[in-house]
Amino acid sequence: MEHLNEDKILELQIIANNIRKSIINMLCEARSGHTAGALGMTDIFTYLYFEALRHQPENPFWPDRDRLVLSNGHICPVLYATMAHAGYFPVEELNTLRKFGSRLQGHPHREFLPMIETSSGPLGEGLSQAVGMAIASRMEKGVDRKIYCIVGDGELNEGQNWEAIMLASKEKLNNLIVIVDRNFIQIDGSTEIVMPMGDMLSKFKEFGWNGEQINGHDFIQINHAIYNAKNNKERPYVIVAKTIPSKGVKAWEGNYKWHGIAPNKEERDMAIKELEKIC
Amino acid sequence: MLNPKLKLNTKVWNVDVEKKSTRLGFGEGLLIAGTQNENIVGLCADLVESTKMNLFADKFPDRFIELGIAEQNLASVASGMASMGKIPFIASYAIYSPGRNWEQIRTTICFNGEPVKIIGTHAGLSVGPDGGSHQCLEDIALTRVLPNIVVISPCDAIEAKKATIAMSKIKSPTYLRCARNDTSIITTEETPFEIGKAQIIFQPENGLASLGIIATGPSVYNALIVAKNLESEGIKVKVMNLSTIKPLDSDAIIALAKETKKIVTVEDHQISGGMGGAVAECLSQNYPTRIEFIGVKDKFGQSGNPEELAKYYEIDQEAIFRAVRKILSN
Repeated sequence: MEHLNEDKILELQIIANNIRKSIINMLCEARSGHTAGALGMTDIFTYLYFEALRHQPENPFWPDRDRLVLSNGHICPVLYATMAHAGYFPVEELNTLRKFGSRLQGHPHREFLPMIETSSGPLGEGLSQAVGMAIASRMEKGVDRKIYCIVGDGELNEGQNWEAIMLASKEKLNNLIVIVDRNFIQIDGSTEIVMPMGDMLSKFKEFGWNGEQINGHDFIQINHAIYNAKNNKERPYVIVAKTIPSKGVKAWEGNYKWHGIAPNKEERDMAIKELEKIC
Repeated sequence: MLNPKLKLNTKVWNVDVEKKSTRLGFGEGLLIAGTQNENIVGLCADLVESTKMNLFADKFPDRFIELGIAEQNLASVASGMASMGKIPFIASYAIYSPGRNWEQIRTTICFNGEPVKIIGTHAGLSVGPDGGSHQCLEDIALTRVLPNIVVISPCDAIEAKKATIAMSKIKSPTYLRCARNDTSIITTEETPFEIGKAQIIFQPENGLASLGIIATGPSVYNALIVAKNLESEGIKVKVMNLSTIKPLDSDAIIALAKETKKIVTVEDHQISGGMGGAVAECLSQNYPTRIEFIGVKDKFGQSGNPEELAKYYEIDQEAIFRAVRKILSN
C-alpha cells in the first residue's frame, strides 16, 4: 500500500520487538552467532514478511511466491526468527540454532531448511543468485513476482556483487529489489576505515539502477521505498537502508564488537528487560 | 582389438582418422538438448564462439544470456536460475570455470544441489600456444572434491555430444571437461554411453590381459595406439575409457585390476588429484594394485604446439610406453 496507518505501524513495531527478543534468546542459547546485524535488520525483515512479500507461510513452496535471498547469511537469526513469527515453523524451534541436527544451521543451509531460497554465508554471492532468479522469473509468462535480495554494506567489498549489479542493469530487471544493510560496520571495524564504500546509492545509480536511501528503522520510510521499488520501471531498484547495529539494545547499539558474538545470560536478561519495557 | 560390442570407430587406426574437438561435440549436444527441453538455458562469459555455445545461442536467443567477463557471476546467476526450474549450462575456459569461480560452484551450485551444468573448455596442455596461464591442469581435482557433483571427461566429440545430452537429463550439478583442439574420433553414434559407466574399449582377442590402461579425455586415443602396438608385441592389454570420473565406476576398475594386477593411468591433467588419483583411492582401499601415473608432474605448462608439450611434459605415447615397460618389468 502507498501509506501505512498508525495502527499498522504500531502492529509492526510490536512484532519487530518480539522478533528481537527471539533473536537475543536464540543467540544466547546457541552461545555463538551474529547479534548486531540481526537486530539491525529486524525492522526491515518484519516489514518484508508481514507486509511486502507475496508468500504463503503454510505453503512455503507455492511456485508463484516472491523470492527473498539473504546474501549476508551470517545475520540468519533475523531470518529464522522472522520466519518463525510469520508461521513457517514453531517459534520454539529457534532454540535449536547452531545445534547438531538442527534445521537452523549457523549459516543458512537449504539442504537442512528447504523452505529458504538459498544457502548463504560466503559473502558476495546472493545478489548474483537473485539476478538469476529475476531473469528466470521474467521468462515465465503471466507471473508478477518480485525478487528481493538483502546484502550487507561490508559485503559489497566483494567484486562479484558489481558483476551482478552490471548484469541486472543490462537486463533491465525491474522485478529485482535489493536492500543494502548500511550499518557501517564489518568484522575489522568501521566500513569507512576497513574499505570505504562512500556514497553507496550513487555507486548503484552510476551502474544504471534506480533507488533511494532511507532510515531502516522507520516503517513509513520502509513502506514508501518498497512501494517505489515495486512500481519502478525499466531498471533494478536499490534501497540503501541506514541501520543501527544491535538496534533495540542501547548498550550494544553501534558497537562493531557485537558483529560476531552472542550475549551471555546476564547480557540477555538485561537486553530482554529493556525490550520488555516497550511491549 | 577394439571391443566389438561398443561399435567403435574402426577407422581409428588410420593416420587420416577424422578429428573434431570435444568442445564442438558439446556445442552440438547442447543444441540437441535445447531443442528437446525448453527449460535449458545457456549462459556465457564473453566466450560464446570459443566454447561453441554459439550453436545454442544463435538458435535460442531468448534462452541465452551473455554476462560479460564475469565467471563468478556466471556460476551464481546460473544457480539462481536453476532454483526457478531452469537447467542452466554455463560455458567458459576451464581455467576460469571451475578455476576462477570454484567457491561459487561449491557454495551456490553444489551446496544448494542445483542442476547447473558447467562446461570447461580449453582444458589440458593441448591448448598449446596460448601458454601455461590458459592450460588448465587442475580442474578434475577441483571438481571431483565437491560433494553432489558429476564429473565427465569425454574421449572424443561424439562422446562429448552424448554426455551433454545425458547431463541435461540428470538433476546433479555436472562438470564437463572439454579440450580446444581437434582430436581423433574413437567412438561412433552407435557406441553406448551412460554416465557413471566405464568402458573397456580395447581388449585381447582371447585370454586375460596382463596390463590395464585407464585413460580419460582425448588422451584415450594415445592409450589406444600404445595398446595396439603392445598387442603386436604379444602383450595382452585392456584399455578403459573412464569418461565419468565422478561417480567412479569402482566395480569396473576393481575388475580390471583383479584381472591385470598392473594399471597405467593416462590424462592431460596434474597427477595430483586427477583421474589417476581417483583410481588410486579406489584401488588402495579395495584391491591394492601397482599403478603408474601418466599426467603432469606438479608443473605449469608453457607455449608450444600440443605435440611438443605432450613430449616435454611426458604425457605422449612414448611416455605411456615407458610407463608400461617399467610396470611390466617389476
